[in-house]
Formats: sequence, C-alpha cells, structure tokens
Amino acid sequence: MGQTTLAKAINMGLRTAMEDDPKVLVMGEDVGRLGGVFRVTDGLQKDFGEDRVIDTPLAESGIIGTAVGLALRGYRPVCEIQFDGFVFPGFDQIVSQVAKMHYRSLGKVRVPIVIRIPFGGGIGAVEHHSESPEALFAHTPGLKVVACSNALDGYAMIQQAIASDDPYIFLEPKRRYWEKAEIPDGFSVGAADPLHSARVLRPGRDVSVFAYGPMVRTAIQAAAVAEGEGRSVEVVDLRSISPLDLPVITGSVARTGRAVTLHEAPVSFGVGAELAARITEACFYSLEAPVLRVGGFDVPYPPARLEEEYLPDLDRVLDAIDRVASY
Amino acid sequence: MSDSLVGAAAAQVAPAHADPIHSQGTVAVADPQLVRLLTPEGERLDHPEYSRYAADLTDADLRGFYRDLVLVRRIDVEATALQRQGELGIWASLLGQEAAQIGSGRAMQPQDFVFPTYREHGVAWTRGVDPIRLLGLFRGVDQGGWDPTEHNFHLYTIVIGAQTLHATGYAMGIQRDGAVGQGPDGDQGTAVVAYFGDGATSQGDVNESFVWASVFNAPVVFFCQNNQWAISEPLARQSRIPLYQRAQGFGFPGVRVDGNDVLACYAVTRAALATARAGGGPTLIEAYTYRMGAHTTSDDPTRYRIAADLEAWRLKDPIERVKAYLARSGIADSAYFAEIDAESDTLAADLRAQCLAMPDPAPLALFDHVYVDQTALLGEERTAYAAYLDSFEPAGHGGKGR
Ligand SMILES: Cc1ncc(C[n+]2csc(CCOP(=O)(O)OP(=O)(O)O)c2C)c(N)n1
Ligand SMILES: [Mg+2]
Repeated sequence: MGQTTLAKAINMGLRTAMEDDPKVLVMGEDVGRLGGVFRVTDGLQKDFGEDRVIDTPLAESGIIGTAVGLALRGYRPVCEIQFDGFVFPGFDQIVSQVAKMHYRSLGKVRVPIVIRIPFGGGIGAVEHHSESPEALFAHTPGLKVVACSNALDGYAMIQQAIASDDPYIFLEPKRRYWEKAEIPDGFSVGAADPLHSARVLRPGRDVSVFAYGPMVRTAIQAAAVAEGEGRSVEVVDLRSISPLDLPVITGSVARTGRAVTLHEAPVSFGVGAELAARITEACFYSLEAPVLRVGGFDVPYPPARLEEEYLPDLDRVLDAIDRVASY
Repeated sequence: MSDSLVGAAAAQVAPAHADPIHSQGTVAVADPQLVRLLTPEGERLDHPEYSRYAADLTDADLRGFYRDLVLVRRIDVEATALQRQGELGIWASLLGQEAAQIGSGRAMQPQDFVFPTYREHGVAWTRGVDPIRLLGLFRGVDQGGWDPTEHNFHLYTIVIGAQTLHATGYAMGIQRDGAVGQGPDGDQGTAVVAYFGDGATSQGDVNESFVWASVFNAPVVFFCQNNQWAISEPLARQSRIPLYQRAQGFGFPGVRVDGNDVLACYAVTRAALATARAGGGPTLIEAYTYRMGAHTTSDDPTRYRIAADLEAWRLKDPIERVKAYLARSGIADSAYFAEIDAESDTLAADLRAQCLAMPDPAPLALFDHVYVDQTALLGEERTAYAAYLDSFEPAGHGGKGR
C-alpha cells in the first residue's frame, strides 16, 4: 500500500472492516457525502450506501445514544465525533450508558461501539477544536481508550477496535493526519501487534519517555537531540491508555531508572499522573529520580496564538529529560 | 434508506397546522407562507399582521438598513480576504444572511440581550460591537474580545446550540427582576434573542431550551437562521417539517420569515420582542435564507451542493432588493449609494489595518482569568513557566529554541 497518510490509513482500515463485516456502520456529522471534515470517511458512503454510512442529525447525544440501540440490535457502529470539544453533548450517553451496559446486564449485553475522536491541538484552530479529553474517558471503567500515532497503527488499530466487543474511545491525533508512513503491501491486521500493547519505538539506557498520539513524534525528536548531547533516551508509544500495558512500561523503567510522561492534556489528574503512580508502585527500587510529567498547563486550551506556549514541545521534553537525568 | 421507511415517515408528517396555537402573545402563525414585506425585485408588500411593525420606519431608517447591510457585507468580505492571506485562522462568513441579522438586530432595544452563534457579525454590528473585536477569535488572539455586558451581546458560542439555554436562563432572570411587562403598554420590558442555525435545531440543548422557555413563559425570542445547510448536511437531515412548525409542539408560536428581506425580519422580530417584553412568552422565528458562501473558510461546498441552487438564491440577494426599493421610491439616490460604498471601503481598510496591528497575547497570559481567585498551584505553575522562559538567554520570553 506504500506511503500512506494517517487519515487515509484509518479510511482504509474502516473500509476493510466494513468489507469484512456487514454489521459495521459509520455514523456522524458530515461523514457521508463530505467524507468527514478531515476526509477520514471519504468515499465510504459512495461505496457502502447511506444505510451503512450515515450522515446524522447534528446531535452528539443522539449519535451515541442511537449507536447503543444499533449495537443492541447487532450492529457495530463506528461513531465519528467531529472534534474533541464536541464529544461532551454525548458524554452522558458514553459514561452512563455505553460504559456500563455490559456490567449492568451481568454480561448479557454487549455494545461494540467505537467512538472516533480527532483530538489534540497544534492546528491553529478556534476554541473546542484542540482538546485532549482522554483522561475523562480513561477514568471511566467500562471504556477502553486507545490512541494511534502513525498510519500503520491507525490502519490496524481501528480494525482491532471495531472487532472487539468492548466499547472504545479511539483517539486520532489530528495534527498528524497528513503525516505518512509505510504500510507494507499485503499487510493484514492479523500481523499487527495486539491492540493493548505498548511499543518501545526507540531503545535507550538513561531515561524512558512515555507518549501517545500526537506527542510520540515529539518524543522521538527529543530522543534524537538528547543523543547528540550524550543521553540515551528510550521512547515508548503507549498506544493503549486504558488499559495500560504495564509490563512494557515498568520493564522500560526497570532498565532506565528514570521516567518522563508526555501528553498534550493538562498535567494535573492526567494520564501522566496515573503512569507516575503505577511506575512508583512497581519500580520503586529501580527509580533514580521522581517521575516527571510534561503536558499542557492547567488552563483551558488557549487561543491559537498561544498554543505553541501551551503545548509541550521539543524544548520542554528535553528540559524534563535534563532534570530527571541530573536528579 | 429503503423506500418503505421513507413512505412511512412521510405519512406521519403530513402537514397538520389547521389549528394555530396562540399562546399569550400577539404572534400566531400557522401560515406556511413566508412573511415578506419586500420582494426580491424591491417592491413593498403589505402583510395583514406584520406591516404595522415596519410602518413607522422613516426614510432615514430605511437608508440606515441599506447602510448596515452594505457595511456588514464589506466587513465580511474583508475578513474572508484576511483569512486567505493568513491573517485569520478561519472565518465564518455571513454572506447571504445580512438581512436576517440586520433586521432582527435593529428590532431590539438597548436593554435587550443577545446570545449569538459564531456567525452573527451583523447582529454584533447592530449592538455596537467594534468589528475588530470580532476578529480576535478568528485570528486566535482571544476567545471573544468584547465585553458582553457593555453591548448586551454575549460571547460567540461555537458548541452548537448551547447558548439557547443560556438565553432562556437569562430571560428567566429578567422575569425574576420584574423587568417584563413594564411601561404603560408593557412595551418597556426587557427581552432576549437567541440565535442558532438549522442544524442546531437537532441538538438536545435547543429542544430543552424550547421546553424551558415554554413552561416558564420566558421572554426569549428564538431566532433560527435556516440557511439550508449545516456544513455539508442539508435541512432534510435535521427536519421533515418546516422548522417554525416545531414551536407548536412546544406550546408557543412559530413564524417563518423571508430571511433575505430586512424589513420582514425587522417587523417579525419586533413583534416577537413586543410579545416577550409584555409577558407573552417565547416565539420561534425561522428566517428562511441561504448560506451563500462556504461553511467557513476551511470548507469546500463544491463537494456537496450544486451551483444551480446558489444561482437561484443569488436572485434573492438581501441587499439588491433594498437598493432597488430605495432607488425606485426616491428614498435614496446614486449619490447616497456611492457614499455608502466609499464608507465601506474606508471601514474595510481600517479593519485591515487594525487586524494587522493586533498584538499576539503575551505567553504568560495563558494563566490569566482561569479563576476569579487564582489558585496557589496555578500561580506556581505560572512562576515556574516564567522562569523556564527566562532560562532561554539572551532572547528571554518567546525566544525559545535550542
Ligand atoms: C456540539 C457541536 N457539534 C459539532 C460542531 C461542529 N459544527 C460546527 S458548525 C456545524 C454546523 C452548524 O450548522 P447550523 O446550526 O445550521 O449553523 P450554520 O453553520 O449553518 O450557521 C457543525 C456540525 C459544533 N460546533 N458543536
Ligand atoms: Mg445552517
């Protein structure tokens, strides 16, 4: 399949899933004729019809709530939320209904819904278009939360999430939609890593950096710069936020003794906080320094001309690596 | 969708408006016709119910409408150009919706309060908001640079429909202040106008606001600009009945007005406001219009709609008809039109210059206004970030980079 953008890769993943299983539906605002505002569903309505690729009324609670009903009837809805900041009208349905259905029914009812959310900032957008709400969902038992960082993962992970019988929050780093990666010819999802596995992208000896989604690329860049400064940085792409792949995470820290967590979302009460606690519990005797968290400040996502200040960048990651290494 | 499904649904929504509901107010409409006072050709029409709300307009008022329409279109054109040149991140054009916004905006009194979406640049104009203040959000320097209480014009709301509930709550506050039904004829009360689009009518928040406004008889006017599109989705994705008819089910009157007719929009809004002011409760106004441009500068409408529709609507242009009327009736002449053109060019040049001169916010502004009472922790975060920025010598703040 060659060099493919993340947006196109997810598109192909959706297409494959729809071909494989006639119960898979795509639904959301502008996903049909327009192909989504990021074109992730481009061409799907044309090929699979309006019954399977549904331009919904403008109502997120409706999108999620009707997806629950469709799932109860045996369908596998893939819902697109147009932007991160617009998931909240559907939050009640996600948290109170989707997340709890299996539990409440004592396992008799499954709601295999995938909720795709383009998330994160860095595209110069107006308010509500750049948020990182992953911790809210990861804090909700019953939901699985994953984030792809590259085209190959986008292609595979969307298919894996759709195939799973659990409900998913599927986070897509919107500012990476147009970055390309190689999808080998004949690659099939059967050959992919398990959905909830973290991946060591770059081995290192001195510091482990844990990232996901849009920040993975930043972490890789930081590791390359750090190497020039004589530091060996290991980069782990979490891929799965809930559940966390603890063996890979703690294995990394056991080797390096130092950990930096990295995400765009505000630091306080975030995914990094959970990682820090887990690492401290599991790796207490290997740690040479406290776990440092790098992330957005504890403020609402700012206007676009401040987002470079808000978003963790290469310098802030390197600064944390310096601090944790010289502790 | 299969034909059988369509058939069944269509049967259920056969027109059923024989019995107009008429709550306490003066506005009762079951007529599916548009209220129109000015034809696309610029001829004045009489309307049994609404003409009287435009009857006292002076020639100066009418020229003023024309001026408003031309100036807000010019502001819009300039903002679109500024976006194309990279000075704004995005712009949501009001092209085609000028009459709906100027007509409704000019129908308000100073004490009234407005809750806009992100497209109400024309309404902002009528409330005296300096156009440069509108650009901040789109340039990315702020999230609404005007003081809502100074203009009785709330911040733009991007989350679709949310503001309709705010409007309703605000109206409930007006009731509790005893500010409804004041003056000898109940004509000095205060009312609220909530703006929203056709797409927004599907949102739970909007439907909840209808319920609340209805049961509490709140002094709010719901002003829906049905521009036929919610990004790529046509109205048929949101409703199978005319939107104004929704009001009936909630227990208050609804009216459909020609949204490209500034006089009709003025009259209908003024009537609905009079009802609300006097304690007669809410009205839904559906201003039937068309989004002549893209949804925003990020959108490409050629992917989902046909040029022929656009052409048909071009003939209903909201400005041309006023111009034709003013010229034909001798209320304005070519010298006046030229004067307004010149004024609009000056306004645009001014807006451009101010936009280019708009400073970026200082980095530490990130931490401002999060709370009324700044927390100690956030204060420390700010201090730490300031120190971090200072560590990049010698450039100092903003001079990052290794
Ligand atoms: C809750 C929410 N969901 C989705 C969006 C994305 N969005 C922005 S504008 C828009 C369409 C709005 O259509 P309409 O209400 O008709 O207003 P118009 O833009 O035509 O003025 C959508 C879906 C949003 N802003 N808020
Ligand atoms: Mg619309």
